[in-house]
Amino acid sequence: MTLTFFRIFGVIAMGSALLCITRKNPVASALWLVVTLFALAALFVLLDAQFIAALQILVYAGAIMVLFLFVIMLLNLGRPGPTDIRGPVGLLTAAVLAGALLLQLRVLGQATLPSSIQLPPGTISALQQQQGIVGSVANPLFDTYLVPFEIASVLLLAAIVGAVVLAKRKL
Amino acid sequence: MLLSPALFISAVLFTLGVAGVLFRRNAIVIFMCVELMLNAVNLTFVALAQSLGMGGQVFVFFVMAVAAAEAAVGLAIILAVYRHKQSVSLQTMNLLKDG
Repeated sequence: MTLTFFRIFGVIAMGSALLCITRKNPVASALWLVVTLFALAALFVLLDAQFIAALQILVYAGAIMVLFLFVIMLLNLGRPGPTDIRGPVGLLTAAVLAGALLLQLRVLGQATLPSSIQLPPGTISALQQQQGIVGSVANPLFDTYLVPFEIASVLLLAAIVGAVVLAKRKL
Repeated sequence: MLLSPALFISAVLFTLGVAGVLFRRNAIVIFMCVELMLNAVNLTFVALAQSLGMGGQVFVFFVMAVAAAEAAVGLAIILAVYRHKQSVSLQTMNLLKDG
């Protein structure tokens, strides 16, 4: 049952990603990317990551994609015009390189995890039962990963300042 | 187990993102393809977190923070380039090219 739903949402994610990269209109591309992000959120739920799925919808599908659509509409790029897809040589190069990459990733995906580092099945679910869905992510975040968390806040501050400086016409 | 199908979906999504970066010329669409690649990696992290511990889910959190920062700065750069060139096509961004 879970596997069936996983496959359905996986096919939705892959199909809408394909439509996203082939649509001529940037607005259509952005909307298909939103579909991909929602399907990925569903996959996260099926993989016991409900909090990450909520973040995916709030941060990615909500904030980041609105930013993209805002810039597309600010620059008035939605109007019909010449296509931005490369010619046959570019398409062929892209297909060959992407095919080689997919082959490599599939070989990597065949590798099996050594059983000595694997947790027994159901460990994550038990942890979520015990600490709560948010708590099971928050506990390592504010404990083991506290320094990276603080560095991420500095990064976001730098990004805010950088975006204002870059986008302002005159300081 | 869902690990194997998750890795397959992740590999396909990452490849589609790379293909999009290679064959599109619109800077904003290329940015969206980069977001697609980041999401493919997030799927791998979450799938492996099931058998390797919560560290993977925490790392997805950091990837989202970096993606948000990257989108803000990248779109600001695109806005600045558009003001100079009146276009977001990569063909017009050839200032460092000879000739």
